[in-house]
Amino acid sequence: MELTGAEIVAECLKKEGVEYIFGYPGGAVLHLYDVLNMQESIKHILVRHEQGAVHAADGYARATGRPGVALVTSGPGVTNAVTGIATAYMDSIPMVILTGQVPTHAIGSDAFQEVDTVGITRPCVKHNFLVKDVSELAETIKKAFYVASSGRPGPVLVDIPKDVQAQRFNFSYPDKIELRSYRPVERGHPGQIRKAAELILTAERPMIYSGGGVVLDGSSQQLREFAQITGFPVTSTLMGLGAFPGTSQQFLGMLGMHGTYEANMGMHHCDVLIAVGARFDDRVVGNVKKFCPNAQIIHIDIDPSSISKTVRVDIPIVGSVRNVLTQLNKMLQELDRKPDSGALRAWWGQIAEWRTTDCLRYDRTSAIIKPQYVVEKVYEITKGDAYVTSDVGQHQMWAAQFYKFDKPNRWINSGGLGTMGFGLPAALGVQLAFPDEKVCCITGEASIIMCIQELSTALQYKLPVKIINLNNRYMGMVRQWQEFFYAKRYAMSYMEALPDFVKLAESFGHVGMRIDKPADVESALKEAFALKDRLVFMDFITDQEENVYPMIPAGAGQNEMILV
Amino acid sequence: MRHIIAILLENESGALSRVSGLFSARGYNIQSLTVAPTEDASLSRMTIVTTGSDEIVEQILKQLNKLIEVVKVVLLTEGDHIERELILVKTVAKGAHREEVKRLADIFRGRILDVTENTYTIEVTGNGAKLDAFLAAIGSENILEVVRTGVSGIARGETALRL
Repeated sequence: MELTGAEIVAECLKKEGVEYIFGYPGGAVLHLYDVLNMQESIKHILVRHEQGAVHAADGYARATGRPGVALVTSGPGVTNAVTGIATAYMDSIPMVILTGQVPTHAIGSDAFQEVDTVGITRPCVKHNFLVKDVSELAETIKKAFYVASSGRPGPVLVDIPKDVQAQRFNFSYPDKIELRSYRPVERGHPGQIRKAAELILTAERPMIYSGGGVVLDGSSQQLREFAQITGFPVTSTLMGLGAFPGTSQQFLGMLGMHGTYEANMGMHHCDVLIAVGARFDDRVVGNVKKFCPNAQIIHIDIDPSSISKTVRVDIPIVGSVRNVLTQLNKMLQELDRKPDSGALRAWWGQIAEWRTTDCLRYDRTSAIIKPQYVVEKVYEITKGDAYVTSDVGQHQMWAAQFYKFDKPNRWINSGGLGTMGFGLPAALGVQLAFPDEKVCCITGEASIIMCIQELSTALQYKLPVKIINLNNRYMGMVRQWQEFFYAKRYAMSYMEALPDFVKLAESFGHVGMRIDKPADVESALKEAFALKDRLVFMDFITDQEENVYPMIPAGAGQNEMILV
Repeated sequence: MRHIIAILLENESGALSRVSGLFSARGYNIQSLTVAPTEDASLSRMTIVTTGSDEIVEQILKQLNKLIEVVKVVLLTEGDHIERELILVKTVAKGAHREEVKRLADIFRGRILDVTENTYTIEVTGNGAKLDAFLAAIGSENILEVVRTGVSGIARGETALRL
């Protein structure tokens, strides 16, 4: 069947089962928009800025586990999308970004709205393609979806010049694709798994350090089994929250810079560390020289380049987390031995003692709203079962600390790149994927402004996201660092001339609320969540100088936390 | 530590910039980089000379393997190998000195490719140390122009880097 390039793109997306495509039209993608407009199976969501399109596709991908798809035009469409693409890249999110390009004959001539898209995005994609001939289009899109969603996932960009969208070619979509240069290792090496199992059985002070890879690989169940077989304590990175139940007694909370005292002390004192789908990020490790000084380390990861990148490990296992944990669990059951139960009991006793520090305590009698209190109430009222997106800063840390995620894919935030402005568009993508679920965006007044235009998208598609704005009139995390490390010289971290968020929400056609007393928090949240079909923007006026504790300052070890 | 890495990669536009971009983005060193198509027209062969600790080289190899267009990567300096580089040198060749330059070229098994009244252009092949020695023997005051190809490398013995 002979189709135009634009029609081929639409057919490829249908074959891939794409439900939603997030985008913004422009000159170089007009052919594509014309075709998308004439079909119904793929729904196009019109955002208000290309950054929002990529974040929304990203939110969709994080919540569903399926690749998110975004479509933007050439030139500024691409440069606006770059922040979103880099965000997805840093967190290994499967996405396919389609970009328009000036016609092939104009490439390199500094044409109107021309940029070197492949060049600009090269360092922040898993891979990218420029399709110079329509005959390569279908196969390239197949490759893009395959590369994006296999191995360590990531965004893949396909740049399609305008004339290629118009050329005609016989359409056929390959069922399978083989790339001789790309074959991710899926199964773990049995010898390494045996070594890991033997080490696990000798552990006296073990820790399971679980990361975003567990969520990405859909291996929450395998992690839970591993924890159940071993009885070992579990801590999680920011990206991994929910893979292991946040309400479990076996869970020590998040680790790292703003992790709990018990998780970080557990890391520091452990003798066997089992890192699962985590990459020893600097916000977790702190000072590499002081990291886990007494531990032998097992590291399970699909990406060989994550292994021994910053911290040398003793037993690396390359493979998909799901396969390796399945293999490891089976081997542990077959070996039918247990680690020293007396030593484990003593270790849990030590953990119980660390827990008494109550490191997340805050002033519950305050006359001013404490941000932690708001997150706790959101948790209670949503029964811990909402999808929560966040932006970046203090509110993000409080959300991670106080919302106890029991399920994976529910906590959606920009961990690696730390992109302010991520939360609202991501929440729209999540709400589209799960129209009947509660979706909240926990944010701050500085972050929310960065993609505030997407309130308009939310109205157009009737997406009843609940925005929890923890408004402290500061760029809170910047201010906190300035308080601790710059003698309270608050350079440019004060948000002067903020808008009236209630009126702002109303002007976008939504419901706005302002809450400034602790006593009103619960009732306001109840009222907001009762408005099932409306977006509600809740502006909580919170304590201006509240800090996120505990905190590991730069250069310190995990046992050197600043406590409340 | 100096290392030589041999790479087979898809002969596609952009593949070179992915490799060079990786080195610059991650702060790795490139002393020389050579690339050309192989007997299989769909593949290019690249030789990179880099420096770094064992940990850094391990990361470089892993990161190179991660690039979608890279098919195979080998660390040549891990085993016995041969490295060769070619230089073209344009030197002053006048009067009594003219004979001396000719003798030096012979000693270093160089070939004079082009002759004018006042200059020779000489081709010399070898490893880096030999080429440096040749340039030193000629003397910087006599050298008008030098072009070096950068190192090409291959493993000794029967192992071959191929698909």
